Amino acid sequence: MNWLASLREQRDRLWVPVLLIVAWEIFSRSGWLPPSLLPAPSTVCRTWADWVFSIDESSQANAGRWIHDALASSVRVFVGYAIAVVSGVLLGVAIGWWRWVEKTIEPTIQMLRPVPPVSWIPLAIIWFGIANKPAIFLVFLGAFFPVLMNAIHGVKTVDRNLIRAAAMMGGREAQILRYVVLPAALPSIFAGLRIAIGSAWMLTVTAEMVAVKSGLGYVLWDSYYFLRYDLVIAAMISIGLLGFLTDWLIKLLMSRILHWQHGQTVQGRNH
Amino acid sequence: MASIELKDIVKIYKDRKRGTELLSIDNVSFSVDSNEFLCLLGPSGCGKSTLLNMIAGFESATSGTVSVGGKPVLGPGADRGMVFQQATLMPWLPVWENIAFSLKLAGKGAEERRAAAQPFIDMVKLTGFENHYPAELSGGMAQRVGIARALLLNFSVILMDEPFAALDAQTKLEMQEELVAIWQRHQGTVVFVTHSVDEALVLGSQIAVMTHRPGRIRELIKLDLPRPRDSTSAEFNEYKRHILALIREESALARADAATV
Ligand SMILES: Nc1ncnc2c1ncn2[C@@H]1O[C@H](COP(=O)(O)OP(=O)(O)OP(=O)(O)O)[C@@H](O)[C@H]1O
Ligand SMILES: [Mg+2]
Repeated sequence: MNWLASLREQRDRLWVPVLLIVAWEIFSRSGWLPPSLLPAPSTVCRTWADWVFSIDESSQANAGRWIHDALASSVRVFVGYAIAVVSGVLLGVAIGWWRWVEKTIEPTIQMLRPVPPVSWIPLAIIWFGIANKPAIFLVFLGAFFPVLMNAIHGVKTVDRNLIRAAAMMGGREAQILRYVVLPAALPSIFAGLRIAIGSAWMLTVTAEMVAVKSGLGYVLWDSYYFLRYDLVIAAMISIGLLGFLTDWLIKLLMSRILHWQHGQTVQGRNH
Repeated sequence: MASIELKDIVKIYKDRKRGTELLSIDNVSFSVDSNEFLCLLGPSGCGKSTLLNMIAGFESATSGTVSVGGKPVLGPGADRGMVFQQATLMPWLPVWENIAFSLKLAGKGAEERRAAAQPFIDMVKLTGFENHYPAELSGGMAQRVGIARALLLNFSVILMDEPFAALDAQTKLEMQEELVAIWQRHQGTVVFVTHSVDEALVLGSQIAVMTHRPGRIRELIKLDLPRPRDSTSAEFNEYKRHILALIREESALARADAATV
């Protein structure tokens, strides 16, 4: 009766969201608010379906262009995030491991870190123009610091005796970094990766609202000007779904790579 | 092979945050000839681990010199292996990879490492647990992995920090016998830290009894006992009485010191 148990588990997970959506539908149809201000879930779904599949032109110029918009946003997230991850991990390991790197670079980083990435938008536009580059730059800024800080923390908290054990077994410095420090820091690095993917989506959408003329964030902001709140909500949900999907992919990767942690941590208790 | 010599070792730990200094080792000198089995016996906190760390080259003495095989110790080296007080395994590697980690550093392939690890896995009675991760082992099992890892490297000096403390009586007995057999076969110098007078008498060719903190050597006793050791023999118990008397004196002194501070 395995499927029955899994069905029951699905029911446990789903009844709150289902209830919320039903309540929203009823509220929207009750006429308390003009329907254009809070479109019903059914309207959002219809518009969304047209945005994706071009069915009845209810999303007007956007009909059938969802995949194009979603891809445009995803590419920006992916490129900015990838640059941030590679540079953040490398620099973080260097800062955590070598005192002299920490001394020379850390103060600069601590000065730049409190500047909110969105406040870079004007400079990003005059440097990179209105296209992909300012968005990628912002995504990089948003993702870089969480990756960096967690990598530094991960390296600094490596058990000293593990490094001693490796040195005793003849490990040279480069080998100790590669075979001991990096794997030992991975749980912390992955925590940073998961925070960073959230920032990455947030900044793509922000950049698209201001500095780019395509992507889910652009459709969201453009629809706001045309009072199409059904499209605004469809765009919000799309961004949420893609964010969820990317976070899930990172979690999947994490559970593959950190499988050795299994049985060592609290896995979530029943009741 | 390699003898160990400690000359006028003083170790002071400076605590920068609290602004205090702690005298951990106070002027220790002793030497261990090659192929001896020295057991270090002393109360908790007297500096046994600190001494081992200095011989291993993980820490340096505040003053004094440590030399192994006539050469001063400047850092960890391929001639000295340590079995840590806490097992200190790489949690992301299965048992066999932990045991053969040194071969990975030497650039050996997986197949060769696997084959080299097997006899040591069997020796420490972990057959069947090759692919378990450290988080899935008991404390005593993890400790045995640490022992196998050190034995695989065939060091000429092995430093062991209470390696059998977490084992049950039966396994402890077997491991003690195995360790003595290995030591007799391969020859090599062993420094073995323990709290147990019986264990020191079963294993050692010499016993160094340390004072309470700051650690000094109270007495170095050369054991003249036939192997395998018989813990019921009159000579064995003669040594035991003598050492227990020393320890009792030391703990009385420690209490007196604590009362005056
Ligand atoms: N890294 C360190 N920093 C500061 N003080 C230390 C450090 N390592 C050890 N000490 C101090 O030095 C003293 C000796 O410690 P050590 O670990 O050598 O004792 P031990 O004899 O091995 O004790 P045990 O039998 O409990 O393992 C202790 O008082 C301890 O607080
Ligand atoms: Mg100790």
